Amino acid sequence: MKNTLTRRDFMKVFGLGTASVAAMLALASCGKKEETAPEGEDRDAKVVFDNDSTPFDVSSVTADEVKDFKVGFIFLHDENSTYDKNFLNAAVEACNSFGVPYVLKTNIPEGQECYDTAAELVDDGCNIIFADSFGHEDFMIQAAREFPEVEFCHATGTKAHTEGLENYHNAFAEIYEGRFLAGIVAGMKLNEMIDSGKITADEAKIGYVGAYPYAEVKSGYTSFFLGARYICPSATMEVTFTNSWYDEALEKEGANKLINRGCVLISQHADSMGAPTACEEAGVPDVSYNGSTIDACPNTFLVSSRIDWVPYMQVMIGRTAKKQKINADWTGTLATGSVALTDLNPNTVAAGTQEKLDEVKAMLNDGSLKVFDTATFTVNGETLETYLADINDWGDFTGETESIKDGAFVESFFRSAPSFDIDIDGITNIDA
Amino acid sequence: MNTRTHTPLFHISKRGQLPWYRAWLIRGIALAVALLLCALVTTVFTGVNPLGVFAAIIRGSFGTARKFWVLLQEMSILLCVALAVTPAFMMRFWNVGGEGQILMGGLATAACMIVFGDKVPNGLLILTMVVASIAAGAIWGAIPAVFKAKWNTNETLFTLMMNYVATQLVAYYCNVWDKKGSGIVGIINPNTHSGWMPGWNSPGGQKYLLNIVVVALLTVGVYIYLRYSKHGYELTVVGESERTARYVGIKVERVVIRTMLLSGGLCGLAGLLLVGSTSHTVSTTIAGGRGFTAVMVSWLAKFNPVMMVLTTFLIVFLQRGAGELSSSFAQINDSFSDILTGIILFFIIGSEFFITYKINFRKAEKEA
Repeated sequence: MKNTLTRRDFMKVFGLGTASVAAMLALASCGKKEETAPEGEDRDAKVVFDNDSTPFDVSSVTADEVKDFKVGFIFLHDENSTYDKNFLNAAVEACNSFGVPYVLKTNIPEGQECYDTAAELVDDGCNIIFADSFGHEDFMIQAAREFPEVEFCHATGTKAHTEGLENYHNAFAEIYEGRFLAGIVAGMKLNEMIDSGKITADEAKIGYVGAYPYAEVKSGYTSFFLGARYICPSATMEVTFTNSWYDEALEKEGANKLINRGCVLISQHADSMGAPTACEEAGVPDVSYNGSTIDACPNTFLVSSRIDWVPYMQVMIGRTAKKQKINADWTGTLATGSVALTDLNPNTVAAGTQEKLDEVKAMLNDGSLKVFDTATFTVNGETLETYLADINDWGDFTGETESIKDGAFVESFFRSAPSFDIDIDGITNIDA
Repeated sequence: MNTRTHTPLFHISKRGQLPWYRAWLIRGIALAVALLLCALVTTVFTGVNPLGVFAAIIRGSFGTARKFWVLLQEMSILLCVALAVTPAFMMRFWNVGGEGQILMGGLATAACMIVFGDKVPNGLLILTMVVASIAAGAIWGAIPAVFKAKWNTNETLFTLMMNYVATQLVAYYCNVWDKKGSGIVGIINPNTHSGWMPGWNSPGGQKYLLNIVVVALLTVGVYIYLRYSKHGYELTVVGESERTARYVGIKVERVVIRTMLLSGGLCGLAGLLLVGSTSHTVSTTIAGGRGFTAVMVSWLAKFNPVMMVLTTFLIVFLQRGAGELSSSFAQINDSFSDILTGIILFFIIGSEFFITYKINFRKAEKEA
């Protein structure tokens, strides 16, 4: 068949389009993001490191202080996602502890819809608004600028300490301690397998299904691995990424890939049941995240670490009700009850696991054991003496804040969101 | 032996043109039955007072001035995509690739904002964004059209698969532009507002005025294009019968490619409005399924752009109502709202069957 698109036709339609092709080509060749934040000193002057972990006494709030009080919540998904479900349950519990009404908005995408929803919640009379997903951050900031009389609280975000807004706050929890403890459970299980002759010490390989190669995920799997290696010194780990926070098929595929490569224990940082299900089918022990998966996986589930967001929400709601100052960042800890382990699965964990957990937890609490102690890991064969972490999220993607202090990486110290993004020896990224 | 001829209980025959008031009567009855069924389902399964449910649905769109603006904004984007896919559908070219064409338009817009932001004057930047987004959508729409025209490939599958390619491209560039590794670009040029289309700093919902005006003009434009232009006539003939089109001397391949350039280009425009004017960010989910919802909007309106305003309103009204419902009642979640929306749409689409066809019941037989 002859080409029937004439040149005149082509020019008519593409008359406007020629320049755009050039633009598309430019896009393909150039991926550099020019950041527009002010440079230098006036930029740094806006930085406020005032991360705190003070809990809140709910009983100190009087009925008068929560009169006409209302709380709004914005969720990326609904209760079908383990992450959102955990956040949603906490929201209801926290509001009920004060006896205040709340509005839950589920399935809000990480775009203008988030801003619109926040604005609607303000119209609806909410005094404080929470959002649960990383990508909501910019739109929460946009709303916070427009409505200075309302408090905006964003979990997992990174920009509160550099935005200079009185009514915008980030929060996270020291989940790396929870991951470390989950790693202890994994290490005990590996040792049991070695002692029973099921595997040799060299075969103690863990598999990890991660979402994105992002600090939050890297901090999580590194602390988990360090926990496991604390108990089982020959442990190694392989990591694969799904590049999605929620993709059941990919997570399952990732777990199966790792199992086929000889991983004898699996853990994950992604929000679906993909990896736990794969483990149950293959009979491989699994350390879950965000909540227990014991009902679906009774024969392989070991333990799960999760963030309990209730103390965080109580701090934010309580301080708002009492008109107290709220810091830019709030980080939950083991002590505030924000970092939690689920019950151990008695059918799968190694003997003596609970005793070991209690012992390690006590050492973490009194500071005699540090998760990111530089004596316990190496980078390219060397001990880490100094590391600049990217704490201030200017969009320049370069580290600026010295984060090695007294022989350990200080995690969730300057800001609440994790910043440990170092690739340590012993962990292999199989996608790279 | 039974020798009687068997007459079915009923048979279906095509109706002639119904007078408009009878057609609307059938639609009205369908809607009433749908609402009754919704009320029943709600009471039985959740115990919530159905009147409260209907009030919440209406509140979702008209509760406050802001909600009304958001309704108009959501309508304008969905209508834009519906207008975009309509010429292709009238040509019987099943363009289910609207999603991908929107994404490519949005990606091109974001690329211009990131690459040229603060480097060229804002007016020029916005012009580049307009051109790039429309061209990107048009190219994405034209690729399956060229294959269809030259090698008669199946356009439904082809356009559908182009959606996945577009999604992956957006995911790839999100990772390129965000070096933290979270895959989230965030708001582009948050401090300089470089490349943000006019109106972003208007108070309240008025920031969506530009989108609404653009799509209102587009509705009139597409109406005129389809009704009164030679192009519109040609694509209608191609849709009715390709052979007739060839017989009267219409170059079918040319019409196919030209129409898909237009269809994809308008989807690209929707991407521009979403990224440049509304969200100022790009992600794999910005299109939000509108490429598919628009197909329903277009079909329900029988490809009439003016009627599409009504069908768009219906769909967005139900969506907004569903969102309001799930946050108003503890017993109702998003999934339940979707069931109610599904019931209403089922009846409205179903009513078209009774407008086009007649059911003839068996007459009482004498010998029985």
